[in-house]
Amino acid sequence: MKFINYLESISGVSVFPMISLLVFFIFFILVGIKVYMMDSKSLNEIMNLPLQDDEINNPGNLKEN
Amino acid sequence: MELEKYYYDNKIVRNFAYATMLWGLVGMLVGLLAAIQLVWPFMNLELPYTTFGRIRPLHTNAVIFAFVGNGIFTGVYYSLQRLCKARMFNDLLSTINFWGWQLIIVAAAITLPLGMTTGKEYAELEWWIDIAITLLWVVFGINMMGTIIKRREKHLYVAIWFYIATFVTVAVLHIVNSFEIPVNFMKSYSVYAGVQDALVQWWYGHNAVAFFLTTPYLGLMYYFVPKAANRPVYSYRLSIIHFWALIFLYIWAGPHHLLYTALPDWAQSLGTVFSIMLLAPSWGGMINGLLTLRGAWDKVRESIVLKFMVVAVTAYGMATFEGPMLSLKNVNAISHFTDWTVAHVHIGALGWNGFLTFGMLYWLLPKIFKTELYSKKLAGFHFWIGTIGILFYAIPLYWAGFTQSLMWKEFTADGFLKYPNFLETVTQILPMYQLRVVGGAMYLIGVIAMVFNLIKTVKAGNLVANEEAEAPALLKQSHVHNPGEHWHRRIERKPVMLLVLSLIVILIGGVAEMVPTFLVKSNIPTISSVKPYTPLELEGRDIYVREGCYNCHSQMVRPFRSETERYGEYSKAGEFVYDHPFQWGSKRTGPDLHRIGKKYPDSWHFNHMLDPTSMSPGSLMPSYPWLIDDVLNTSDIEKKIQVMQQLGVPYPDGYDKQALADLTAQSKSIASGLANDKINIESDREIIALIAYLQRLGTDIKASHTQTAKQ
Repeated sequence: MKFINYLESISGVSVFPMISLLVFFIFFILVGIKVYMMDSKSLNEIMNLPLQDDEINNPGNLKEN
Repeated sequence: MELEKYYYDNKIVRNFAYATMLWGLVGMLVGLLAAIQLVWPFMNLELPYTTFGRIRPLHTNAVIFAFVGNGIFTGVYYSLQRLCKARMFNDLLSTINFWGWQLIIVAAAITLPLGMTTGKEYAELEWWIDIAITLLWVVFGINMMGTIIKRREKHLYVAIWFYIATFVTVAVLHIVNSFEIPVNFMKSYSVYAGVQDALVQWWYGHNAVAFFLTTPYLGLMYYFVPKAANRPVYSYRLSIIHFWALIFLYIWAGPHHLLYTALPDWAQSLGTVFSIMLLAPSWGGMINGLLTLRGAWDKVRESIVLKFMVVAVTAYGMATFEGPMLSLKNVNAISHFTDWTVAHVHIGALGWNGFLTFGMLYWLLPKIFKTELYSKKLAGFHFWIGTIGILFYAIPLYWAGFTQSLMWKEFTADGFLKYPNFLETVTQILPMYQLRVVGGAMYLIGVIAMVFNLIKTVKAGNLVANEEAEAPALLKQSHVHNPGEHWHRRIERKPVMLLVLSLIVILIGGVAEMVPTFLVKSNIPTISSVKPYTPLELEGRDIYVREGCYNCHSQMVRPFRSETERYGEYSKAGEFVYDHPFQWGSKRTGPDLHRIGKKYPDSWHFNHMLDPTSMSPGSLMPSYPWLIDDVLNTSDIEKKIQVMQQLGVPYPDGYDKQALADLTAQSKSIASGLANDKINIESDREIIALIAYLQRLGTDIKASHTQTAKQ
């Protein structure tokens, strides 16, 4: 396969997997930290989005299905 | 703020919902046929178009891409409009998306029974359909991103992230796995060979599960469960972690489908580690879905929609617990190639995808038709017969998987295989296959009840084709970053950025997994005695692929004593370097075939293909009488050799011109050999090519052994 030749010409390509593993861990830890720092007020607003269209457009349409 | 008036497009949602039901019925009916064929082989009907090897890909493709695919579009087209407070970006694109997808399904339903297949599981469709899928997927992507961009709600709810990740990843998976060079309209060869092809295929296969059967349905879960329960999701924080962790981890896990194979060890371990880690986000998502019902469990008693959804999310939890367990090498040694895998995927397909779809349809269709469900009682019947059907399907197959695996591995006190005849391990589990038919039939009856119920519902109501809604326009300034605002919410407001980030995330995993295998030559040790197939063997191999033999036979002897005793030397990576595509298979309904070459005389294969039970009484294998009647089509052999040369298979220069002569000579010698055994057959028949291929399988390495012995 021809594209192997292109990849082979990258020097130090073997370090790529290591880098991606590190990127993963750092990203994941950052997401974890940041998520716990989010303020709950706006979270509440976002999580109610799916329920909004009923309230806005069909008031009184919130009966059980 | 001034309110803008706009209309939701419900017609497209209705169309996709109808298609979901139609293809669900078709896919499950074909699945039932496949299950019946495994109990009563005469149900293969002795027709090429209806043999198990062609019916099973039809079933998997129909259920995954037609039933679940249309289910995804139904849910996305409904929820995306509401979450974005906007009509779909472009009605024409919606229509193209709908009809294009149905056309692709019809093309698949015609080509697969005709034996037009690439021979790669869950990616069997030929090159021109692959191109059509790519174009169609782009149409869907433009329509979705366009809707998101013109939305009237600044935040992107978590369901939409899952949709975006689905779009991006399925595109990447499909394109990377579908690189193939056409020989003609009906036939192409994968550009990858052997181990590389296996790795790419299972990177695709696993992530098709992840990004076609899981992430879009998680998006639907995050929308429709809160809708049906009328309360917000349990934890939005958890959903953020769920999303990023899931898409990050899933993409790495593919190699767990290839444990103990000729795949390099490091890749196998990588797959296992990431599969175990996947348990965390998967269960995080399941818990988030179930806890949405906190304090409202009483509603589950009343609402049929919630009943379906609770079972769906529970099945998701079960399947995603089982998945990581199956990826442990010691568990996989038992489960792989058995019906355990089949049971596992059906917990996912019947439970998670099926039941979530049913819940969504029961909720959605009455809604857009402004009416009540025709019969709650009938829906209750569907729920119970479906749930019991899943149990009747899965439990016998778990049992069958364990039984067969234990029988394969059992040795006598003297150190011989206790069940040396593979067939003993098949007839033993036949009752389990019968129970599976019962389970599948129950599930299908439930679906028929649902379709009847929903048709009645729809007839009683009127479609609100364009549903009126109002919302203020999204102010430009809301895109400006407010100091102190959380960074992730900024991402949430920028769909394109979310798309690019998801792309980067999944590419990292894919690159890390595959680049080293492509690069490092030592990963695939070459074996000097392994030679390209002769033209006749190549044609025979194409017949092997066409008939879908890989659906029941593996070509991968794992390095276990129980397997080397039964089949012979374990398979080496270097033996597959000319296999475009690889044919390792994933299930042993019949025995492994990698060392079948030269094990039996040609006449055995001839009789066995004509009537398997003549050689193996009690065999479940279909008969292949047409291979004996049909003349081998050799018109493409030149082109086939050229394509192989293009892919790096070392045929000498100009060999394409000589190929036909070599083919004829080899087929004559096989035919005359058969004549010695009193089998008179013309040398130009398909069976001759297939015998040539089967007799070649796994024999190259034996040549190297004899050479070493001579030295």
